[in-house]
Amino acid sequence: MTDDRIVPVTMPKWGLSMQLGKITAWVVAEGDEVQVGDDLADIETEKITGTLEAADAGTVRRIVARVGEDVPVSGTIALIAPAEVSDDALDAAVLQARAVIDAGVPDDAGGAAELQTADVGGRKISYAGAGEDGDVILLVHGYGGDRNSWLFLQEPLAVKYRVYALDLPGHGTSAKDVGDGTLGVLADAVTGVLDALGTGRAHLVGHSMGGAVALAVAARDPGRIASLTLIAPSGFGSEINAGYLRGFADAQTRRELKPVVGQLFADESHLTRQLVDDLLAYKRLDGVDEALHALLGTLLDGDAQRGDSAALAAAVAAVPVTVVWGRADRIIPAAQADAVTGAVRHLIDGAGHMPQMERPAEVQAAIEETIARAG
Amino acid sequence: MARNITYREALNEALTQEMERDETVIVMGEDNAGGAGAPGDDDAWGGVLGVTKGLYHKFPGRVLDTPISESAFIGAAIGAATAGMRPVAELMFVDFMGVCFDQIYNQAAKFRYMFGGKAVTPVVIRTMYGAGLRAAAQHSQCLYPLFTHIPGLKVVMPSTPYDAKGMMIQAIRDNDPVMFFEHKALYDSSGPVPEESYVVPFGEASVVREGGDVTIVTLGRMVHTSLEAAGQLVADGVQCEVIDLRTTSPLDEDTVLESVEGTGRLVVVDEAHPRCNIATDISALVARKAFGSLRAPIEMVTAPHTPVPFSNALEDMYIPDAQRVVNAVKTVTGWTR
Repeated sequence: MTDDRIVPVTMPKWGLSMQLGKITAWVVAEGDEVQVGDDLADIETEKITGTLEAADAGTVRRIVARVGEDVPVSGTIALIAPAEVSDDALDAAVLQARAVIDAGVPDDAGGAAELQTADVGGRKISYAGAGEDGDVILLVHGYGGDRNSWLFLQEPLAVKYRVYALDLPGHGTSAKDVGDGTLGVLADAVTGVLDALGTGRAHLVGHSMGGAVALAVAARDPGRIASLTLIAPSGFGSEINAGYLRGFADAQTRRELKPVVGQLFADESHLTRQLVDDLLAYKRLDGVDEALHALLGTLLDGDAQRGDSAALAAAVAAVPVTVVWGRADRIIPAAQADAVTGAVRHLIDGAGHMPQMERPAEVQAAIEETIARAG
Repeated sequence: MARNITYREALNEALTQEMERDETVIVMGEDNAGGAGAPGDDDAWGGVLGVTKGLYHKFPGRVLDTPISESAFIGAAIGAATAGMRPVAELMFVDFMGVCFDQIYNQAAKFRYMFGGKAVTPVVIRTMYGAGLRAAAQHSQCLYPLFTHIPGLKVVMPSTPYDAKGMMIQAIRDNDPVMFFEHKALYDSSGPVPEESYVVPFGEASVVREGGDVTIVTLGRMVHTSLEAAGQLVADGVQCEVIDLRTTSPLDEDTVLESVEGTGRLVVVDEAHPRCNIATDISALVARKAFGSLRAPIEMVTAPHTPVPFSNALEDMYIPDAQRVVNAVKTVTGWTR
């Protein structure tokens, strides 16, 4: 067997559905010394590109995975080992690791967490969960998103909590009918999933429009919500990038959609072709066009942002509230974080409107801290 | 919710969902329900390859088993389309299309133009194409270039179950005649397909693999051959960008040109005969509009200019395989002035 001084660097699992990752570039080379947190490699998944950071310190003795090749999740992509470990031992470990990569994803891997559905007022609402025990966290995505918006967060949070993410009406694989398109219809779906889970109190995490939805749920039934983490929530000020919202709703082709979606990120290299293609495939489902345009009326009043999130937030003052915002947000200005009275604020440098994708570790820390405050 | 189903099931699901949505959608063709030699059950076959299975009972009166008279039922489908129906007619093998050319290229393709836009012909003509099933010279051709040549027809050839469903729904909703090409060897391939109805618009190529060294433009079954080659070439340090045209009419020129502008090298892989096919068409496009970007001559991988052989060994040699694509890629990456 392999020398236990050899520490494997493995393909991370970013998101419940991730089965394969592809290294697009190695930041380190064989022989480099790395510290914990150093960038090791750029990795592309079906959904997004991210940078893998070192979890262990030491010398990178072998690079196992080649640039451009698909590696199954948890497959060994490099070996860190002290100088005392012999080349023979390393080569043997490389052979083992190569065999795993070459075998590909096992057929029975299953991959995606089992999707569940709840019937909420005649609408089929989809949600998926991870985690065995602990408090319940429900993740509520924003306009045009879906449960995969949380791909970097759901698994890490599931170590300590039971973490669910839903698809709001009009989104993902949930029913596409949004009725009159009001926040109330969306909030019903969140409450419906909490009912289906049979949970007493839950921690809500809402992004953008999902933040306003989470607030609406909490304001309606504050006893049910243990804490609120709002990520770039909508409805706290009149300023919003209306061009983004209309552009997203109206885009018919990848050429039209790509520049629009790029505005979500501070660093547009996060935007993979697959992410744009997935969004296009979603937009081309029957009923989505109508749903997105109906929701525009809830979010916009002319070019101004509609909403009374500040009033809702005041109504749930008893619940711990945290607001997280990327300082480089190009959709809703981060200055609106000041309007969330009574909240703990985390402003994140180098993140745009999707800090849960661009700075997942910081967002995770903010969520866990909020849950801790709830006691 | 996407789940894995076959290309055949994806087509059947598209037909089912559109027939449920719109009662003007009808299906017609040889053996679409029963068939000669069937054991007496009136939905014994569901088409020779089972694509329309189950529709006959689900939609009474809307699945028509026709006589073996292509010129008659293709003409009837086109006529029904001009009169407000949305027929999906199946002409089993594209090789037999010759007997109804007048109905297709001189009638259906011309109506919109000749009636000043006041007439529409929303007909879908499904047909099987391609070699590999030991079906010999008269049942194995890739005749999509003939139809691509004709203005007024849309010509589409999905390579995956996802595209098969979305393109069939788009074809049925489209107001122009659509020639819908299904490769015989793809019916049992499977892949993720949403349960919901959706469309894949025509004229939008799909970049099925990204890479910066060589652009491979391909279509239909050859998409999979090209992806296999691209996978092998990684070991040689060559990153191929593979573009599935998905539709040859309309043609997504921009995706092809942008890719070649990035890579500077082009290989076109087309199962059709090499003269006046999609490979020559794409080569001409790139030579004219991206000449300044080219760093090597364009390579074409196609079948030879012969009928499809009946001999198994010869048919296997006839169909372009991954090794030939690898060789062509190495030719363009290794080319020096």
